[in-house]
Amino acid sequence: MTNVLIIAGREVRLALRNRWVLATTLLLAALALSLTFLGSAPTGRVGAGVLDVVIVSLSSLTIFLIPLIALLIAHDAIVGEIERGTLALLLSYPIGRWQVMTGKFLGHVAILVIATSLGYGAAAGALALTGSEMLRHSLVAFAVMVGSSILLGAVFIAIGYLISALARDRAGAAGIAIGVWLMLVLVYDMTLLGILVVDQGRTVTAGVLDALLLLNPTDVYRLFNLTGSANVSQFAGMAGLAGTTAWSAPVLIAALALWIVVPLVLATAVFARREI
Amino acid sequence: MTAPAEIKGVSKRFGRVEALRDVSLVLPAGELVALVGHNGAGKTTMMKLMLGLIRPTAGTIRLLGENPAGGDFAVRRQLGYLPENVSFNGVMTGRETLAFYARLKRAPAGSALELLDRVGLTAAAGRRVATYSKGMRQRLGLAQALLGAPRVVLLDEPTTGLDPEFRQTFYDIMLDLRAGGTTLLMSSHALTELEECADRVVIMNQGIMVANGTLAELRRKAQLPSRIVVTMADGIPAERVDSLAPGVAIRRINGHRVELICPDEDKIAVIRQVTAENAGVADLEMVPPGLDEVYAHFLRLHNGPRGEAS
Repeated sequence: MTNVLIIAGREVRLALRNRWVLATTLLLAALALSLTFLGSAPTGRVGAGVLDVVIVSLSSLTIFLIPLIALLIAHDAIVGEIERGTLALLLSYPIGRWQVMTGKFLGHVAILVIATSLGYGAAAGALALTGSEMLRHSLVAFAVMVGSSILLGAVFIAIGYLISALARDRAGAAGIAIGVWLMLVLVYDMTLLGILVVDQGRTVTAGVLDALLLLNPTDVYRLFNLTGSANVSQFAGMAGLAGTTAWSAPVLIAALALWIVVPLVLATAVFARREI
Repeated sequence: MTAPAEIKGVSKRFGRVEALRDVSLVLPAGELVALVGHNGAGKTTMMKLMLGLIRPTAGTIRLLGENPAGGDFAVRRQLGYLPENVSFNGVMTGRETLAFYARLKRAPAGSALELLDRVGLTAAAGRRVATYSKGMRQRLGLAQALLGAPRVVLLDEPTTGLDPEFRQTFYDIMLDLRAGGTTLLMSSHALTELEECADRVVIMNQGIMVANGTLAELRRKAQLPSRIVVTMADGIPAERVDSLAPGVAIRRINGHRVELICPDEDKIAVIRQVTAENAGVADLEMVPPGLDEVYAHFLRLHNGPRGEAS
């Protein structure tokens, strides 16, 4: 366990040192703040809590941005260290490969925790400062959104490790990472939408659709956040889907957890067999 | 007690390339073994196998009694390794880098500082490694390899890029370690440097171990001729030697210096002949075959009539 913490601590330190944490936090904060103030203009100040609007816009942003940031951090983790020659030295130390992998994972997730909670927290903080009234359940929904964003990031860190453990070189890992990102964030939903339109509900029934949504972690995240609270789902235009989906919040969380564990275990297994 | 490192019948293939072919080697405690060979001879492959970074295609390896690729990794606490072209994360300082590795080896933080001092990096300890010169990085690499008083130390080309003024310190450190019972395996191109300190020399060529023994043993086995450089006294032409030592191969260096090349067993007889009274020889210098020549000999022997390996 000590070894895992030593590696995790070093990853966080490195990310603080080379400004990764700073850059990510500032990026998330800037986008969150601009969405908070620009995004609430069209809805005005009537109706549901202003924070609910922020949750909708921020979680839509998260679906694109957090996976990209996570893959950027993670795709280099194994193959990059092999190429730079630092991994051969590290593995000559009394440390198991699974410990290296777990330590890096904890460290990288900690980086996401710092960046996401500070960056998105800035939006909530700014709203509080400007005196907007915030309902208690909206605050809870906001905290849940930040938490699930971190979970989504962890999913893509694990996927990034799998890519990194499999890839022959860094450029290859980067290419695959971009491909996976496009696939899960854009292509999958587009394709699904196309199929639904063509199929008209003949073979793709509601049950099949529910299952298909679980196969993409970004959809799981979307379902979880945009249908989580009644206020939010109305704003998100997801009320229709929210009414029909069979998955409860615990199921969606479990799905995300599985999306973390499976790639991480696979990545560890591939890494354990890999010749450095 | 078993030897710190044992390699038995080990072969390693990378696709179609046979990087190592049926190598068996035992490294006893307290020996400094020089691993010599061209690039691609299998030196780095051998070290990586011993570290468990790669697995042998055939054969078994025991390092400190464990299989390095699958055994208990805790034994690596007693292992030091300096990779070829060692690299570190540039944003950390030298002190932080060494402290990180010391924690992994559970070595006291104070010992890391002592090692920094030993390799002469105390003044630069607070600077980022990115600002270090190649030689300084190499010294930092050496310091990390010595953390935790290792019983086995593997050094891959440790002297490349080392500042000349640090070389002597480097060899002093190596000899200190050996005196303390540490087993050292050192690969190098600088054959002449290893000549003085190596207990044993292992010569690799194209993945095959072509020689393994003390330098004296290898010299004997190679039966390389001794060379005697003779300087004639003033006014005596070098041609005089031809009549002094008939039948000995002679190479003229200049007007009054010649080199006699004779089999080792004839050495004494030849010296007697050329130092006879009135021979007119002013000075005499014995040049035993060096590691370079022994090395070249074993490569020729292995490559056969095809000549030098390309």
